[in-house]
Amino acid sequence: MESAVNRFKQSRKVLAEYTYEPAALVRGYTGKTLFVDLSTGLIKSKEVTRTMKDIFIGGRGFGLWYLWQAVNPQTKWNDPENEIIISSGPVGGITQYPGAGKSLVVTLSPLTNSVIDSNVGGHFGPYLKFSGWDALEIYGKSDKDVFIIIDGDSGKVTIEEAVLDTTACHLISEILTEAFAHSESDKKNISVVSAGSGADHTLIGILNFSFYDPHRKVVRLKQAGRGGTGTVFRDKKLRALVVRFSGLKAKSNNPADFERIVAAGKRINREIRELDDVQNRMRQVGTASLLTVMNDYDLLPVHNFQYGSHVDGPKISTEVFRSRFTQNVFDGCWHGCTLSCCKAVDGFELKTGPFKGEKVVVDGPEYENAAGLGSNCGIFDPDCIIEANFYCDTYGIDTISTGTLVAFIMECYERGIINKEITGGLELNFGNKEAFMELIHQMGRGEGFGKIAGLGVRRMKKIFSEQYGADSNFLQDIGMEAKGLEYSQYLSKESLAQQGGYGLANKGPQHDEAWLIFMDMVNKQLPTFEDKAEALHYFPMFRTWFGLQGLCKLPWNDIEPEDNKQTDEPAKVPAHVQNYVDIYNGVTGQNIDKDELILQSERVYNFQRVFNLRMGFGTRKDDAVPYRSLGPVTVEEYESRAERYDSQLKELGLNVEEMSTGEKLKALRKHREEMYEKLVDVVYQRRGWTKNGIPRLETLRRLGIDFPEVVAVVEKHL
Amino acid sequence: MVEINGHLVKWEEGMTVKRLLEIMNYTFPMIIVRVNGEAVNKEEWDTYPVPRGAKVQALHQIAGG
Ligand code: SF4
Repeated sequence: MESAVNRFKQSRKVLAEYTYEPAALVRGYTGKTLFVDLSTGLIKSKEVTRTMKDIFIGGRGFGLWYLWQAVNPQTKWNDPENEIIISSGPVGGITQYPGAGKSLVVTLSPLTNSVIDSNVGGHFGPYLKFSGWDALEIYGKSDKDVFIIIDGDSGKVTIEEAVLDTTACHLISEILTEAFAHSESDKKNISVVSAGSGADHTLIGILNFSFYDPHRKVVRLKQAGRGGTGTVFRDKKLRALVVRFSGLKAKSNNPADFERIVAAGKRINREIRELDDVQNRMRQVGTASLLTVMNDYDLLPVHNFQYGSHVDGPKISTEVFRSRFTQNVFDGCWHGCTLSCCKAVDGFELKTGPFKGEKVVVDGPEYENAAGLGSNCGIFDPDCIIEANFYCDTYGIDTISTGTLVAFIMECYERGIINKEITGGLELNFGNKEAFMELIHQMGRGEGFGKIAGLGVRRMKKIFSEQYGADSNFLQDIGMEAKGLEYSQYLSKESLAQQGGYGLANKGPQHDEAWLIFMDMVNKQLPTFEDKAEALHYFPMFRTWFGLQGLCKLPWNDIEPEDNKQTDEPAKVPAHVQNYVDIYNGVTGQNIDKDELILQSERVYNFQRVFNLRMGFGTRKDDAVPYRSLGPVTVEEYESRAERYDSQLKELGLNVEEMSTGEKLKALRKHREEMYEKLVDVVYQRRGWTKNGIPRLETLRRLGIDFPEVVAVVEKHL
Repeated sequence: MVEINGHLVKWEEGMTVKRLLEIMNYTFPMIIVRVNGEAVNKEEWDTYPVPRGAKVQALHQIAGG
């Protein structure tokens, strides 16, 4: 390690330099953003305009606004015009309320060819802001591997080249933290953003955002996982970003009403202290708390989303992972996050790959990783899941897309759609751990069948049907992607609202917009189409708001006040919504209420929909979903839940006793597809969109986003 | 029969809230239970009777993911 750090330090060569006086923060904003053009080496400061603050707020909103200016409808993800924008948000960086250290990454995705946004922890976003920048906008492409270094202490930004001995993200982050920290205690002031070798070789590359864990004395990684942000980063020949900022204080955001923020923080911190152990146990198990629940409720994706539970589910239960996670340590990914859910497995000895035999700290697994890399691929071995989790992160590939695309490959392999010749000898049956790990290593190395896998499900469907004669309709049914993005790890078959939550999401089927399975399927709280549409309006808007502010969603509803159950709408957690109103007003000095909060999101959400439209997507046909997300594709799937499906057909007046399973499948499909289309109609109407999913002009006017260039895009479709 | 979250379940002699939740495999730790509109605290699940024909709501307080 020491020699790698020295080699890096000694080989540093500055290619471009910019010095600045870090802007003082006023009520959560610096009022400046940093622009870096990697093609020309230009580095400059830009002013944050009133419109940006009023309409786009920050974070994802700033990213979308800058990207809109940079690209045109013909721009592709690997054109120099495509930008990567990283921004926190006005509330980002406070330490008195949990979950306030997020960064939002926005770019054109290689998977969807449209806009992607990803919400990530680690210290980069807040440190960037406290270094004087509300956002970092990276434009252009370098012709050689480079680093961007932002020194918020001295007010200097450089583009540099240097020798780095590794492409593994855990080592890149460690080397750069060592190289830029003046001492052990200074390491906490450094944050690194890196992409690994997997980002060079796949379209599912991620960005790893670091923070230093002073307890373990290691650099930890959080992932901007969805949509190939790391692939764009490497295409720009970026090796890493580094920020250093050493002056973090309780009032670094210079808030308008500090006491109001403190009061909200005290309320929720008490709830976490007193109730987390009897609620979701986030401090003990993180989001892995969902594993047992999902298996018990038939919602855990098993064998490429065919089934919702498995007899071996208990082998990867919440308790199993709890016993692996180190307990009673602070695992917050930002200062002051008392929910502290970023659990880690310490001293894990790797059994495969380039680091075989080494003992490492593994961040996670979180629920998505364990379900995607586990049950969905038929893997019920926690060690294998932890190992796969480590390698996905350090190669820099998305665990969620990896889980879903490997599950797809495994089903194709088991059904004889692809074979050993095609996979280069890998026997990719469900549950084959050796083949599974080897495929991940191949994706990391850019070799063999890993090169095909790394293209994602949408492109594999095309390759398998065009080159290997597979039935393209069947692949369309079982290939779990929409808009080009792989599904995240929840089984939506029995929840119409969740089908919409996935299918209607702006960026593709990621559950961060709406997670309605329990409300809809288990609690039966959304009995009518109108109820579902209202939920598919409110929750995506509410959840969008976190990404405008630099906030984490988890402290909203993974801890709940004791009296939440007595409120009118417990699913909204009204007391926490009020906390968010308080901390936003406390930071910015504004006076919004809970309705204005939703309006802030609605503006950005609709702008993103129009952005999709501008890039050639964003209409009804783009909200189509694979049939497996709506219902059973195969006879085996039908029969695994025959009672449920039969009774649904009986309710439709069909005589199931006289029908073959094939006939029943067909009848159920017709019904479910009609239900989905009907849901889409009602949701579009609730959102103020046309039947083709286009935001109406009056909607744009109501939201104040009727800028001429936005109206021009929409008018073509009306 | 009793109805829970829209599902019909066979009523059993001496059925308690706890037993009904077990039949449904409702293992989630944060559930609000109402039997015929009456809220039942978790501490009472063990003993609280579910009468024949009851309408039970088991509201899972989860909006996670
Ligand atoms: S709740 Fe977890 S993911 Fe969210 S900010 Fe806190 S530690 Fe990070």
